[in-house]
Amino acid sequence: MLYREAGQFKTNYRADMAVFPILQDRIGVFLILLVAFAVIPFVGSNFFLHAIMIPFLIFALATIGLNILTGYTGLLSLGTGGFMGVGAYACYKLATVFPEVHILVWVVASGFVSAAVGVVFGLPSLRIKGFYLAVATLASQFFLSWCFIRIPWLVNYNVSNAIEVPRRSLFGIAVTGPDATPQARYLVVLTVVVAMTWIASNLVRGRIGRMWMAVRDMDIAAELMGIRLLNTKLLAFAVSSFYCGVAGALLVFLYYGSAEATAFSINQSFAVLSMVIIGGLGSLVGSFMGAALIFTLPILLPHIMAALGIPIQSATAEQISFMVVGALIIFFLIVEPHGLARLWQIAKQKLRVWPYPY
Amino acid sequence: MLCVKPYGMLCKIFVVPFYEMWDLPDIFVQTLWEGLVGGTLYSLIALGFVLVFKASGVFNFAQGIMVVFAALSLVGLHSIGVPAFLALILAAGIMFVLAYSVERVVLRPLVNQPDIILFMATFGLTYFLIGLGELIFGGDPKVMITKQLYIPTGALSFDFGGGRVELQKLDITAMVVASVMVAGLAVFFSKTRIGRALRAVADSHKAALSVGISLNQIWVIVWFAAGLVALVTGIMWGARSEVSFALEIIALKALPVLILGGFTSIPGAIVGGLIIGIGEKVGEIYWGPLLGGGIESWLAYMIALAFLLFRPQGLFGEKIIERI
Repeated sequence: MLYREAGQFKTNYRADMAVFPILQDRIGVFLILLVAFAVIPFVGSNFFLHAIMIPFLIFALATIGLNILTGYTGLLSLGTGGFMGVGAYACYKLATVFPEVHILVWVVASGFVSAAVGVVFGLPSLRIKGFYLAVATLASQFFLSWCFIRIPWLVNYNVSNAIEVPRRSLFGIAVTGPDATPQARYLVVLTVVVAMTWIASNLVRGRIGRMWMAVRDMDIAAELMGIRLLNTKLLAFAVSSFYCGVAGALLVFLYYGSAEATAFSINQSFAVLSMVIIGGLGSLVGSFMGAALIFTLPILLPHIMAALGIPIQSATAEQISFMVVGALIIFFLIVEPHGLARLWQIAKQKLRVWPYPY
Repeated sequence: MLCVKPYGMLCKIFVVPFYEMWDLPDIFVQTLWEGLVGGTLYSLIALGFVLVFKASGVFNFAQGIMVVFAALSLVGLHSIGVPAFLALILAAGIMFVLAYSVERVVLRPLVNQPDIILFMATFGLTYFLIGLGELIFGGDPKVMITKQLYIPTGALSFDFGGGRVELQKLDITAMVVASVMVAGLAVFFSKTRIGRALRAVADSHKAALSVGISLNQIWVIVWFAAGLVALVTGIMWGARSEVSFALEIIALKALPVLILGGFTSIPGAIVGGLIIGIGEKVGEIYWGPLLGGGIESWLAYMIALAFLLFRPQGLFGEKIIERI
């Protein structure tokens, strides 16, 4: 009853092509943004902001990045962790060499470094596809991991061989380093993620997004229609790596605070890939849902079990959470192979025709 | 010593390693042998992948953890007092139960889904098995029951080219067992009724169904076969180092072997494994120091990638034909 587009007429192409063509969507998104910007930072506890919201938003950004590559362009990649690492190390290097420049500038710049690396490792995608490509991207993952460990120049010859995030501030308020408050960090992360999601939503709706989807659906047919495969695939790699690189830089600078090479291991790639698939291939909303589910589940599980009155030790809790996450991945795939995004679409459709069944 | 100033780096890359191979042949042979053994073990893991991929089109990410799980079951059963060979049979039984439940719980509801969904499901299975394995057997590394299974240990050593070359009896056993298993699988595939059914399913699911082959049954058999291969791999690899969850990451090395050999080819898995194994050992020993060492972690992938650029379907893979 409430969610119905009846009576909302579009009188020009501009209105028809809007990101949120339906009034209720606009109100909903506005409310979500209002809560995210104005309520959560003041109501949420430090634990909630630091341990759940900040990493959730960052992983959602990385998931959008991989979704552009895997969901929209159909190129399966297992190198996400490596590209996130490139962003993190580039940002650290740039921020320490040129300390006077604004930190957000370096976060974005590190995305471009990551994009360049992504293009190089995307070159094999012109010859190979499917699982063969997935394994080929593993090469980038392992090679980059090796670089992070073996090239001390990347961490300024630190004794600890780890990134130690320096203190940087924004409008006089510390946003990185040990004395930054969770509120300040949360707002920075939220702003970046919202801005980049908005850009991504415009990319995938436009000409570029349509090119990507044509390549995903059948690359030979797309080529025959006049889409340049080389440019399209490499652009997808570049944009995807850009998003992953920014996510990696944010992850280290605003969440971990310090990070070794193991933070960008193969497990990170797998985690992001599972977020993409559980959330829904080719869906931005799904990226957020997948990141929320996969990231928060292991954190919340011990609390849920405690609430249900099942006493467990912390070591067992970790093992059981592994099992439950695995089982849930399989469960969600069986229930809805198109991911949480499809469930959301079905719910919207039901709302639209309510109270009638169809 | 050999290199003249202006060509220093080139010479270190293209001349010195070969000179070292020539100069100290015993070390070279030892390196080759190590690579060969490592390659055999990669081949075994790749074999498990290929079996499942051929028959069901599932890219079975869980093969690595199945190796760990099988080896852990064996060691775990023995540690609670089950005689070694009974434990071996019981471990095989556990792999059968696993295969049956995977078919029942995971594959059957997901039939006809895109490949990537099935891949993701085996990914979930991996998580599940990691949790289950640690819950039952604990996370700490265990020692493989080598002696109880009558696997010979110790080394054969002989003089060669002015030095000594050592061959571990364990490694020789591993190679013999691997060869026997591959031969056994080849006979099984070509001579038995089930083997023919397996090949039919690999060719076309629909055609196989129409002549009365039960897909569900075949999948159980194939996953069980992959489980047995995993058990053997687990024993051999466990005996060389130890049984721990780190094996699961090492098992990822089987992936470059797969793309090198082709996802659907058993000979490809073997040859690919040997190329990767030897390539990465030789690369590590002779070219590794130039890059600061540790290049073993990615060299295998680079070798595979280089091959792929020339043959996108792998060495023995079927030619990829695309229709529009």
